[in-house]
Amino acid sequence: MSRYRVILDITRTHLTSRMKQSAIAALGVTFGIGTFIVLMSFMTGLNNLLDGLILNRTPHVRIYNEIEPSDQQPVELSDAFADDWNVVRSVKPKNSQERIHDALPLLARLENDERVKGVSPQVNAPVFYLAGNIELNGVINGINPLEEKRLFNFGDYVTSGSPDDLARNRNGILIGAGIAEKMSLGLGDRVQVSTARGTLVPLKVVGIFQSGLAEVDNVQSYVNLSMGQQLLGEGKSYITDINLKLLNIEDAVPMAAEIRRKYKVSAVDINTANAQFETGTSIRNLITYAVSITLLIVAGFGIYNILNMLIYEKMNDIAILKATGFSGNDVKLIFISQAMLIGLIGGLIGLAIGFGLSVLIDRTPFETEALPTIKTFPVNFNPSFYLIGITFAVISTFLAGYLPARKARKIDPVEIIRGQ
Amino acid sequence: MKHILEARNINKHFTEPVDFHVLKDIGFSIAAGEFVSIMGKSGCGKSTLLYILSTMDTDYTGELLLDERKVTGKTHEELAKIRNAEIGFVFQFHYLLPEFSVLDNVMLPARKLGRKSERQIREDAMEKLSLLGIEEQANKKASMISGGQKQRVAIARALINEPLIIMGDEPTGNLDSRNSENVFNIFKKLSHEKELSLLVVTHDEDFAKKTDRIIRMEDGYIISHGK
Repeated sequence: MSRYRVILDITRTHLTSRMKQSAIAALGVTFGIGTFIVLMSFMTGLNNLLDGLILNRTPHVRIYNEIEPSDQQPVELSDAFADDWNVVRSVKPKNSQERIHDALPLLARLENDERVKGVSPQVNAPVFYLAGNIELNGVINGINPLEEKRLFNFGDYVTSGSPDDLARNRNGILIGAGIAEKMSLGLGDRVQVSTARGTLVPLKVVGIFQSGLAEVDNVQSYVNLSMGQQLLGEGKSYITDINLKLLNIEDAVPMAAEIRRKYKVSAVDINTANAQFETGTSIRNLITYAVSITLLIVAGFGIYNILNMLIYEKMNDIAILKATGFSGNDVKLIFISQAMLIGLIGGLIGLAIGFGLSVLIDRTPFETEALPTIKTFPVNFNPSFYLIGITFAVISTFLAGYLPARKARKIDPVEIIRGQ
Repeated sequence: MKHILEARNINKHFTEPVDFHVLKDIGFSIAAGEFVSIMGKSGCGKSTLLYILSTMDTDYTGELLLDERKVTGKTHEELAKIRNAEIGFVFQFHYLLPEFSVLDNVMLPARKLGRKSERQIREDAMEKLSLLGIEEQANKKASMISGGQKQRVAIARALINEPLIIMGDEPTGNLDSRNSENVFNIFKKLSHEKELSLLVVTHDEDFAKKTDRIIRMEDGYIISHGK
């Protein structure tokens, strides 16, 4: 124990008697670690924001009825042609409805499933928005506004009015920001909607929503589920989509498979639907790490250089220490602990500076049309970055100090003393 | 009579740039409390011999015994421990750590040895410094004192762990005659009063004549044991 005290005392004296050099070496680490923290916090903050933008709204499992041709054509089922070469040209989708068969019992079944957090039925109705004699193409979703708000953060995207207003008003419509702008619609205005069958329905604007994706905001609007069914001229059992939110997102893949098998409907899970987001996130993280590691390597070379010079300056000291009974390993330890002390102090200051800059960025106003709920830059204050940062600082300075320290260990005191 | 230091048949070659037989069949011993000087012309191998005796140079054949225990063949770690505890060094150039205080310089070997408490070591170091008459310099930086004072600090440092033997490589070579006299008197006192063995390599005939015994070297051989 006392051995380390002596070594630390020598280390400290070496460092403090060369304050400027030590400070410059530490500054290299500070810069590297500070940048690492800021980069990581900011990049992952943005990542989370972008992922959240899509993933929060995406159902974990979406159930719908795909219009598709039958896998097997009638001719293949017949024994009479079993041995023949059957070619069916121009296969058409089989005649079926867009809605999900037996949707209401399926809904009830899913609501009682213990893995499911919530179920939200929807109808999709293609419509025209009428403005004077212009007809704008659009899609209206009939939803349960309160469930959508609870499960898919629907409220975050409603910039004026609220989902609750829609729930209260059967003839209400939450209109996309793009359409609202084109048609100069505001809260309380009326909009005429024409369905594919040609019926005209007047709806009252109770809110405007903005998803941040222009192609959605330019076509999509929301009404109550029952109004959606009415627009299509269908009854209560007409449901085209069921969106599931699960308690545990890991269940999405097996559950989608199970639903496909059990109920003979199409079900797509969140992982399949959004694989590209995962890829984007991991590549952005990779870039961040690569930049930070490069910075730290540069700082490491700085420390390596300074220690190398220090060892040449300290040849006499090393010879004296060795002559008076300090072993090669003691000498090595002295120089390694100098490097690591530089790393630790520089790293800690770097963490503080990184944190300070992150707070600054976090408070910088950032307003954009595309992201209505964001007021400042997103920053992720994850403590693990700070842990990784300081660990990296210590490890990289250890490596930078190791080679010069090993050289110091090997210095032959006789050569130094004889050389005088 | 107990031998503190004994060399048996030591041979050493320099291989760079050409093979050179620098020490030839060196054998001698030093008794407890004996003050011995080694003399010889430049290049006769006396410094080389001292480095072997000090355990810093391990590249030789033959045997070296310290306090009747063999030290030849021990690892570098073990040799460092032996140097720390049993051998004190005084060099021609003062060889203090310039950034440390005088007191710290004296304390370092004892702190490395770690046998005593920090306070005890401090007291010991002050005692050694006052023995050499430089206690008032204790808190000055080692780079701030005069040459003669530095040499005395180096002697204090050599004494701090109560070694068996003190070795000096031209310890007075860099001092004027007054300081040189001073250092000699300190050595003499130590060897007589504390039964400390001393081995000093020197060019200074006057200095050597006053020691108990002069070992003379020439061309790698010992030509006289001075008895």
